[in-house]
Amino acid sequence: MALSSADTDLESLPRLPEPPVADLSFLDKVVAATPGVPRLEMCIQCGTCGGSCPSAADMEHTPRQIFAMIRAGMSDEVLRSNTPWFCVACYYCMVRCPQEVHIPDVMYTLKSLAIRAGLYENAAGPHLSQTFSGYVEKYGRSFEFGLATRHYLRHHPISMRGMAPLGLGMLTKDRLTFTPVRIKGLKGLKAILARARELEEAAR
Amino acid sequence: MKYIFYPGCSMERNARAYLDSLMAIREPLGIELEEIDDWNCCGATEFMSVSPLAGHALIGRNLALAEQQTNGTHTVMAGCSACYLNLAKTDHYMLESPQLSETINTALAAGGLHYTPGALKVRHLLDVLMHDVGLEAIQRNVVRPLQGLRVAPYYGCMILRPDFDHRFNYPEYPAQLDQILGVLGAEVIDFPMKLDCCGGHMTQISKPVALELIRRLIHAAAEYKADMLVTLCPMCQLNLDAYQAEMNHYFHTDYHIAITYFTQLIGLAFGKEAKELGFGKEFVDARPALSRIGVQVPVTEPVATPKPKRSKQALPMPSLTRDKGETRR
Ligand code: SF4
Ligand code: SF4
Repeated sequence: MALSSADTDLESLPRLPEPPVADLSFLDKVVAATPGVPRLEMCIQCGTCGGSCPSAADMEHTPRQIFAMIRAGMSDEVLRSNTPWFCVACYYCMVRCPQEVHIPDVMYTLKSLAIRAGLYENAAGPHLSQTFSGYVEKYGRSFEFGLATRHYLRHHPISMRGMAPLGLGMLTKDRLTFTPVRIKGLKGLKAILARARELEEAAR
Repeated sequence: MKYIFYPGCSMERNARAYLDSLMAIREPLGIELEEIDDWNCCGATEFMSVSPLAGHALIGRNLALAEQQTNGTHTVMAGCSACYLNLAKTDHYMLESPQLSETINTALAAGGLHYTPGALKVRHLLDVLMHDVGLEAIQRNVVRPLQGLRVAPYYGCMILRPDFDHRFNYPEYPAQLDQILGVLGAEVIDFPMKLDCCGGHMTQISKPVALELIRRLIHAAAEYKADMLVTLCPMCQLNLDAYQAEMNHYFHTDYHIAITYFTQLIGLAFGKEAKELGFGKEFVDARPALSRIGVQVPVTEPVATPKPKRSKQALPMPSLTRDKGETRR
C-alpha cells in the first residue's frame, strides 16, 4: 500500500540534532601563518607522522592529535602543548605523510604563535629560539658562546657546573670563541628582517 | 668544477675540522669553491620558530647574494645539513608559491636585494662528491687505504629528508656515504641507525630526550663494534661528540666512539696529515682508532684563548683535569 503524502508530513517528524559546526578559523590562521603551501587541511588523520616521530613518546600530543585539535579549534590547548617544542625537525613525518603535509613547518608556525601568545609551559624552548635569533639579528651570524652562557645561566644554572668541562673543552679546542663575527651588510639585513615582520603582521 | 659555497656559522667555528678537511681535499678532487660574499647565518631551526617569514627572508638574503655570484655555475653547495636544507627549502617554497616569492622579495627589497626562485641549485657536499666528482675520482686519489678501520656511516636527517630535488634514489636506505667510505678502504658497517636523528637543538630544551636520542646512536655503533661514527653535519658531530661524556654519565655507560667527518677520512686516505684535517679537535679521542691504521695524530697543544674581561660572570669554569682521561679509550 502506497503511502499518501499526508503520512510523511515532514513538519510533524521530530527534528534531527544539528551536526556540530567545526570552527575552522584556527586552522585557517595556522595555514595563513605558514609560508608556502603547508597542505594542513589535507590531513587524513592516518597517524603516519606520529608513528615515524622520534620524539612522539615525549610529546603531550602526537602530531596527528595536534592536527585534529587545530581543526577542532582548540587553539589554547594546541599552543600550550609541548609537541612543537619537542619536534627535532627530522622530517621523517614529512616524507612519509601520504598527504604531503609540511608538518615541520606547521610545528615552526605553532612555536611562533605560542611565543606571540605567551602560551608555553616550559620556557627553555622559546627562550633558546629567541636568544639564538637575537644574536643572529644583532651580528648576522650565530654566536654560540653567548648563546651557551646566556641560555645555560637562565635555564640550567645547576647543571652549569656540569657544563663547564664542555664549555672549556670547546674553548681550548678552539671550537668556540668569545668574540662574535659581524657581517658587513648588517644594516641591510636588519631592514630586510624588519620588513618581513611587518608583512607577517599584515597577513595575520 | 666550480661551486658557490655557503660555509655556515658552525663550519667556521665549532666544526672547523670539517671546513679544514674539505679545504685539504678540494684540490685533488678538482673542486673550486667560491664563498658567498658576506653571507649571514641561515637561522638553523631557531629563527623560523620565532618568525617563519623573517626566517625565510634571512635565508633569502643568502640566496640573493649567491644569485649575484652565478658566474659559470648555478650550484650553491653547503656542507652543513641544516644550512643546506634551509637554503633548499626557501628556494623550493618560493618556487611552489608565487605569493611567498613575492612577499620574500618585498622584504629583500628593503635591503636592495632580489632572488629569482629556481635561479640556483642548492646541493649538499655529499651529493656533489658522489654525483659530480664520482667514486672513481675519489678512489684514484687514495694512497693510504683505511684498511682495518671499522666505520659506521651516519647520514642524519636533513640531507635525505625531504630531498626536494630527489638527489637520492633510496631516501630510506641510502648508500652514498657507505660507498665513499668503501672506496677509501675502510670496513663499512651496514649501520641500521644511519638515518636517525641526533637530536638537533634538543640538548638545550630537554636533556633526557636529547641524551636518549644520542644514546641510541652511540649504543648501536658500539654494538656493531665500530671504531668510529662518520658524520657529514656539524650538528650531528657536535651532539654525538661533545655530549657523549654527559650521555655516559646520565645512563651510567662507558662508550668511547670517536665521531669524525667524512672529509677527514677522505683526507687521511689521500695521504694528508692528520693535523691539517682538523683531527685533535674532537672530544672523544680519535687517536686510538687512528693509531690502529698507523696514523699518528700529534697531541695538539691547547689553543691560547684570550681571557675575557668578565670571565667569572660569563661562564663559571671550575678547574678540571677530567678532559683527557675521560676521552681515552
Ligand atoms: S601523516 Fe599526514 S595525513 Fe597522516 S596524520 Fe600525519 S599529517 Fe595527517
Ligand atoms: S619532523 Fe618533528 S614532528 Fe616530524 S617526525 Fe621529526 S620530530 Fe616528529
